[in-house]
Amino acid sequence: MRRIRLIPAALTVLAALSAVAVAVLLGAGEKAAASPRDAGKVVFLSNQLAQVTEVDAVRNILLKGFPGNVDFVAVPSGQPQVWFNRIQAEAQAGKGSVSLLGGLHGDYLTIQQDLMDLTPVAKQLTKAGIPADLMTLGKLGTSKQLYLPWMQATYIMVANKQALPYLPKGADINKLTYGQLFQWAKNIKDKTGQARVAFPAGTNGLINRFFQGYLLPSFSGGVVTTFKSPGAISGWLYLKALWKYVHPQSLGYNFMQDPLLSGEVWVAWDHVARLVNALKARPQDFVAFPAPRGPKGRGYMPVLAGLAIPKTAPNPAGARQLILWLEGIRTQAQTLGSVGFFPVNGGKLSEKLGLGLLKMNTAVRRSQRGAGAVKSLLPIGLGPESGNFSKIYVDTFTRIVIRGEDVRSVVNDEATQLQALMNKTGAHCWAPDPPSSGPCQVK
Amino acid sequence: MTAVAQQATLGRRIRRWEGLPYGLILPTVAYLGLFFGWPMVQAFKLAFREDGNWTIEPFRSMVNDANFGEALKFTLLLVGVIVPIQFVLALAMALLVNAKLPGRGLFLAIFILPLAVSDLAAGLVWQSILTERGYLNTVLEKLGLIDQPHIWLDPTKPNQLLFAVVIAELWRSTAFVMVIFLAGLQGIPKEYSEAAEVFGAGLVQRVWKVILPMLKPSLQVALLFRIIFAFEAFAVVIAITGRAKTTLATEAWRWQADYFDSHVAAAYSALILVLSLVSAGLVVWLLRTPKEQMLR
Repeated sequence: MRRIRLIPAALTVLAALSAVAVAVLLGAGEKAAASPRDAGKVVFLSNQLAQVTEVDAVRNILLKGFPGNVDFVAVPSGQPQVWFNRIQAEAQAGKGSVSLLGGLHGDYLTIQQDLMDLTPVAKQLTKAGIPADLMTLGKLGTSKQLYLPWMQATYIMVANKQALPYLPKGADINKLTYGQLFQWAKNIKDKTGQARVAFPAGTNGLINRFFQGYLLPSFSGGVVTTFKSPGAISGWLYLKALWKYVHPQSLGYNFMQDPLLSGEVWVAWDHVARLVNALKARPQDFVAFPAPRGPKGRGYMPVLAGLAIPKTAPNPAGARQLILWLEGIRTQAQTLGSVGFFPVNGGKLSEKLGLGLLKMNTAVRRSQRGAGAVKSLLPIGLGPESGNFSKIYVDTFTRIVIRGEDVRSVVNDEATQLQALMNKTGAHCWAPDPPSSGPCQVK
Repeated sequence: MTAVAQQATLGRRIRRWEGLPYGLILPTVAYLGLFFGWPMVQAFKLAFREDGNWTIEPFRSMVNDANFGEALKFTLLLVGVIVPIQFVLALAMALLVNAKLPGRGLFLAIFILPLAVSDLAAGLVWQSILTERGYLNTVLEKLGLIDQPHIWLDPTKPNQLLFAVVIAELWRSTAFVMVIFLAGLQGIPKEYSEAAEVFGAGLVQRVWKVILPMLKPSLQVALLFRIIFAFEAFAVVIAITGRAKTTLATEAWRWQADYFDSHVAAAYSALILVLSLVSAGLVVWLLRTPKEQMLR
């Protein structure tokens, strides 16, 4: 009996203790907020880092220690329109509550008239070593710095060290050509009997981005305008030849980290977020390197997120302070460690991040800075048609490479559909295609 | 007293009312109409109307699409291969369970287990068995039957993926047919089979001449269900073949979820419905039981 009565008593004491602890913590928090460098209240509206775990990481890791009261509002990825609607509504009202925006490069194009010039902040950031071409992207074709590069992702290649002895003679893995990749894949198959190079061509795989950001820009120099060009045709023929030495289960792969870890695949191309587990789990077994170079250069697709301040921001000074905080090397390293987006800051990263992430970061930097990079942006201005845009590239691949249809007739056929889609959406050309005045034209 | 008498007459009146059977099925009809009939009409409307005009444009997009032929071919192939094999297997399984051998409960439990697994999960299970570093190759290597992993899911080898999907589908849904057969078998009086045995009929003859004809209503039901489900094959195919093989249902899903075109997706659904209806009609017609043969 006595023991039973003890339990409620113990619970009461525990509750009282935790109440005191919470009160002390809250008091401490208030004291910190009252320090002189206080940035005040900053509402940060972002369409990136919107998953529950990411939001949690932003609030508890990335913003921890920031002197100010940041309200991080993440727009769910399923409703991208919410982000635009709120920004446009505040711009039209001439009065806003949002002080800082987080979004992708393409998102800012439609709202650029509502953004403040951040050139002074850019000057404060010169020491951060943000690559010049990323800074240029943030100008959106104007002379003003409309957004500042925040964090990035891209697509790289990862190889199991077992594959390295089969590299063709004289090949530098960091300066690979598509010809050498072919020879590598062939060597592996010829000497081991198994195809070990693979692509994420499954139902949820991102192979569409390989065609749009890597294969076609490297072989034809463009994505839309050069769709029917001899360069594009030679790119498809190259892939058809390569496919003989590509792992036949590629059509079922969605995230390349899984077959890399199981040993089914030795060499793979994919989005960094879909490779990261392999490098985190067994950093000693894998190497990370940029995608190869083709006749027209080394096509690569950066996924760049940026920070911007709307003209209606109630607290632009606080927002600027928050930008400097988020661009700092410490926060940038934390961003990589907690949410897997790579730094734009060129500073040295802490080794605490682990060998795997550091290897990937080197590959990301090499992709970006190497000579002859052909930057290919995510499609811009397609809205709900972006699924159909990717369908055209994936169908072209399936028909030529998998079903063996005639290259020229497939390309002509799909080009008609591509042009119809461009006319329907009125989308202008985006890099690497030269800018257009009207809807982008297939030449 | 009068109230009781009145109640009695009311009860009698209701029982004599000719519309009673219709009254009893009314709630079901209303439910089906509201939750199946109406959405079906809406789906058809979606397939034939665009921006307020009647059109066959979605069907044109569907038929002209690069994947339509492949999807139709693979769907029909699946129906044609899976259903017959499944029927033979299910009949054997049902006969085995019905034979009242010792341990029949265990057989039944093993056979029915896959029914509890969702089709996507079943697809993923088979994918992890058949993939290059999967369970099958591991077992075969351990047994020393192969030196290096064999690739079972190879789209470049003809029909290899079809074979994998068929295996997975057989594992997953044969029990469903078996249950229907078992119910049918248990409704057949033992005397018929025993009488045939007395006259010297062997097992094959008994199955062919006595059991199968009497099982015709169950066959019909099972065939209807299986053909309709086979036309809807989707999750198992996606899980095992990825992008290498496509079905009509897969294409409907892609047009809706990836390409955001509900009209073409509805056109695919309409096509699946029409194919299911036509084949269901064929089944009913081919397996019709003349009135005088009906088991009363």
